[in-house]
Order: sequence, then structure tokens, then C-alpha cells
Amino acid sequence: MTSKEAILAAIKNNKPEATPLPDFLTFPEEENLVDRYEKGLTGNGGKLQVVNSMEELDAFVKEHYSNDLLIASLVEEVKGNVDVSKISDPHDLEHVELAVLKGEFGVSENGAIWMPEKNVVHRVLPFIAQHLIIVIREETLLTDMHRAYEKVNVADDGYGVFIAGPSKTADIEQSLVIGAHGPRSLTVFLIRK
Amino acid sequence: MKLKTHAEEAAEFIKDDARTHWHDETLWHVRSNRDRSAQGIPEWETLRDTASATKDYVLSHLGELLEQFEANAKANGVEVLWARDAKEHNEHVYRILQENKVKDIVKSKSILTEECGLNHYLENKGYDVVDTDLGERIIQFAKQTPSHIVLPAIHLKKQDIGKIFHDHIGTKEGASDPNYLTEAARQHLRKKFVEANAAITGVNFGIAETGGFVVCTNEGNADMGTHLADVHIACMGIEKLIPRAADLGVFLRLLARSATGQSITNYSSHFHRPAKGKKLYIILVDNGRTEQLGREDFKNSLKCIRCGACMNTCPIYRRSGGHSYNYAVPGPIGSILSPGRDLKKHSTLPFASTLCGSCSDVCPVKINIHEQLYKWRQVITENTNMDTSKKLSMKVAGMTFGKPVLYDLAGKAVRTALKITPKSLVYSSINVWGKHRDLPEVPKESFKEWYKKNRKQ
Ligand code: SF4
Repeated sequence: MTSKEAILAAIKNNKPEATPLPDFLTFPEEENLVDRYEKGLTGNGGKLQVVNSMEELDAFVKEHYSNDLLIASLVEEVKGNVDVSKISDPHDLEHVELAVLKGEFGVSENGAIWMPEKNVVHRVLPFIAQHLIIVIREETLLTDMHRAYEKVNVADDGYGVFIAGPSKTADIEQSLVIGAHGPRSLTVFLIRK
Repeated sequence: MKLKTHAEEAAEFIKDDARTHWHDETLWHVRSNRDRSAQGIPEWETLRDTASATKDYVLSHLGELLEQFEANAKANGVEVLWARDAKEHNEHVYRILQENKVKDIVKSKSILTEECGLNHYLENKGYDVVDTDLGERIIQFAKQTPSHIVLPAIHLKKQDIGKIFHDHIGTKEGASDPNYLTEAARQHLRKKFVEANAAITGVNFGIAETGGFVVCTNEGNADMGTHLADVHIACMGIEKLIPRAADLGVFLRLLARSATGQSITNYSSHFHRPAKGKKLYIILVDNGRTEQLGREDFKNSLKCIRCGACMNTCPIYRRSGGHSYNYAVPGPIGSILSPGRDLKKHSTLPFASTLCGSCSDVCPVKINIHEQLYKWRQVITENTNMDTSKKLSMKVAGMTFGKPVLYDLAGKAVRTALKITPKSLVYSSINVWGKHRDLPEVPKESFKEWYKKNRKQ
């Protein structure tokens, strides 16, 4: 008997009586999604910039990141100096200072943004960069995680992640430290409707 | 060799009075964060009910769901392996490492690998396994085990960690600033991430419907490891399944809030297919789970999503430290899981509880933790030759808990006894837990008495 057979047989013998699968939950749509989103994001250590256009994001990057640092941008309106599509080994991203990415949608209850593989090209990019900027549009904001999973098929890409803040830890006496392994900051640019 | 009781193990920890208090308060603070967070969600109880019912469904359809999961994962290009026990799990990992000529391994927090003793096993085979969760790295340096499933180094103070880092990664002597120490760990671990050929992670949720799985971290360490290495091995207990991807809506809302009070972990990563040119393996591990499934009174413990809330709230855990449980999963839930693995070795753990029920109150999947602890006590009392004083108090407890009237009476008697009996008499020898504690303040009347007197007609 293989281990699989043995485990399945043991389950069959020991299984409790069948119970039904609960229905999916839905809760009423909330108002003031931007305010709630900001609360969710800042609670996780991220920062929010509400802007009217992509030009403001471009100006922000130019102001804060000098061009002698490596900038990987996957947002058309922001010009970086690392061409991610030409990189084949993710290790080559090790010294990226800033990654600028486009998020699919935001969840206001907790600040999370859905980031599928196709939006990052290399899975490690949002983690290995020293700083991270994600752009989302106001009209994509959702109330809660139930709506988020209604919206996305998580199996479409080989990989996808809800990013809700910068890398953080509280493993040393419960003091919050931002910047454990991954990005030392997350700034979300929310483009107004 | 005589097996040590939980109380004997805890004695070491509580020798340091100040530290015991500090540990207690720190965890209580985490528990308070959880409360605030849960109270911010009006539908909290609906979420708990749904999570619990979903897990009931999983346990009662486990075979089908596992087969569905395997078929979907295989179709996604993932290699799926099955392991009956810890030994087989470790052998699978070893074989994969050999086949892929792996030299350097990074690991993200996985309680399952801890349960299986994987690090130790691989180290004996000559591998260097680097735990990358900061808390786990700290205790790995200190040659300890995690004392908590979410906060593995919660028992250490920053001065301890400063000393450990000074010895292992050369931080300044006497330095204990968390920012400085975390930065040093970041530099040290980045190097390990870049060098590693294989990454081992745990699994928070396996999705039967899609054959994928979710890993939740705040540090992003699972992602740094898996996306840089060529080989990703995900180790998953068979009970970690959920039926559908959309069930994650419920579980992700509950997990982090119950664990630390945060609304979600900063990274919730969904893995479905290996990245181009890379390999992804999933090992499905039984290791006593199917046996637990067959125990009517204890099968509910398999619903656990490892949030740690029951530990943070437990008055015994907070005062005795995770190491006193001597099991990979400590605290109230560990005290239910461990006797099923080795009744004799862990026979005193179900007694490491006040049965106050606080654990059951906070559990996001509504496991009846304190009831199961009470049931284990009965099983253990019947099956072992426990020392008589405990057996006797068990009998009394058994009688009283079984009959509400007696319980009320006993409460009254105790309240009177506490008032008139000198401390030494009540607490010294009968109740090992009283040894290092003061007597509680005696309420003049029980809640029930008060309620009777004061309730409106
Ligand atoms: S038993 Fe419940 S409270 Fe305890 S760790 Fe598991 S899910 Fe969390």
C-alpha cells in the first residue's frame, strides 16, 4: 500500500459524518472607501498618497529617488532605469532601490492590494526592492476580502499576492520594526476617479 | 528516565519572577490587540461560525478534498508527495534536495517541520538549514525551539537577543535596539536568501478547488526565499485544506486579527504553479492527524488554523512559557494535540489549564478547547497511574463539572474556605499551580448569587 492509499484509507475509517458546506458570505457595501483604505494601509505601516494623475507619481519618484539608484518601473508613466523584461535571473534584481508597480485592486478593510504575477514579471521584485510604490485606481477599491475573492481567480496566474504593507517584524520584544527582509517602505498612490 | 510534568518544566521559567510577569503582560497585550481588532468587525461571530462550519465540512470530506487538491496541483505542474509520518516527510525532503543537488536551504516558519524535527534531521545529513523568520532565526542561533507558534521568540528580551546576535553575527556588544538588531539580521539573511538553492515553507491554507496554497507572513521571508531559489518545497498538514478559493475571504479576515490584532498579514501569497524553469513540491503530511480524526471528542482540534490566540489568552501559558509544554505546538491547543501523539509523555499537559474557557472564547474556528482538555483529563486519569493528589482533585473536578448544582456548592465552599483558610493550607501541596501565586481575591458572592439577587423581575 502506498502512503497515499494508507492515508486515504485511514481517513475513510475515521471520517466524521458529513456536514454541509456553508454558503459564501456577503456584507453590505461600505461608504468612504478611500478613508477606510487609508486606515487599513497605515495600520499595516504603509503610506497613502491620493493624487489626480500619474504625473504626480512621476514627479514624486523624480523628487525622491535620484537617477543613480536602480529603479524598476512597470508603470508606463514612470520611467525607470532597469528593464525588468530583459532580466532572466531574479538575482539580478538584488540591488533595485525602488520598484513601481500597478496593483489590480485595493481592499479597504485592511489596505491589501492584489498583485498577480503578470504585474510584477519577476515574483521576487516586490520583495527584493528596497522600497515599493504601488499604484491603484480609486474605482477599484472594494469593501472587504469576500468581494476581493469574488473578483479574482487566484489560479489564473501561477502566483499572486495580497500586499498590505512594507516588510515588518515585531519579533524583538514586540517592538514594531519596518523593513525586515523586503521593502523598507510601501507607498500606495491612489488615482482619484 | 522519569518524564517531567508540565509543572516541573514550568518551575524553571517561573523562578525569574520579573520575567514571568513581563511574559504574562506582553502576551496579554497581544490578546488585547486581538480584542480591539475583533470588536471592529461587526460580523465577527458570523465569520467564526462560518470558519468553523467550513472546517467541519473539510474534516467530513477530507478524502475527496485531498484527491481533488492533488489532481489540480498536479495539473498545475506541482509534484505532490504523501507522508504517513514525520520520518517519511523528512525522507521526502531529503530525496528532493539530493535530486536537485541542493546545498543551501532557507526555511520560512513552518510549525509542521518543527513537529517533524526536520532541521535536526537535515543537519545530521550535513545540511545547513537557515530559518528566515526573524524570531526563528534568533532561537535557531540560541539552539532553542520556538516557544510560541506565531511569536517564536516571545520569551526572550531584547538584551538576550542582543547577546545572541553579538555572538553569531557580530553586532556591537551590549546593543539591544530592535531597529539596529533587525537591520543586522536583514543584512545577514539577505545573503542567505541570495545563496539558497531551495526554499522550504509551510502552508497556511491549501485550496482543493484550485490545487494552490497560501502562505502568510509579515516579513515577506517566504517570498524572498521561494522566488530566488530554484526549488520550493511546501510542507502541509492534511488538515490545512479549504474547499474553495473564496473561503479564504473568511479565513484571511480571521487569521491575523486573531493572532496579533492586525487586519491581515502584510503578505498573503498564493502559489499555484512553479515559476518558469523552477520546481514546486507539496508534501501532504498525516503524522497522527487521521488518528485524531477518528477520536470523536478530539477531532475538532484539527480545525486549528494556528493563530496562537488561545496561547496569548491562557493564564497558564502566559505564566509558564511555551517551552514548559515540551511540544511543537504549546498552549491550550498543543495540550489537546500532544496527548494524541504520545499519551504518556504529554499526560500532564491537559492539566496545565484553569479550564476558564478563555481559549475557546477567542478561537477563530470555535474549537471547544477547554472541553477537550477536560475530556483528555478523564482519559488520562483512567489510563495512567497519576499521583494520587491530582487524581483526587480530578475526581472532585469531574464530579463538580459534571453536575452544575455541585459546582455551585463547591464554589461556595471554596469561597468560604479561601476566606478562613491560611494560604499555606489551601495551596501548598494540592495545587501545584498555586505554588508561585497569591490567592485570588475572594468575591463575596458568586456571579450566580449576585445575578439572582439583582436581576429585574
Ligand atoms: S486552537 Fe483556535 S485559538 Fe488556538 S491556535 Fe488554533 S485556531 Fe488559534
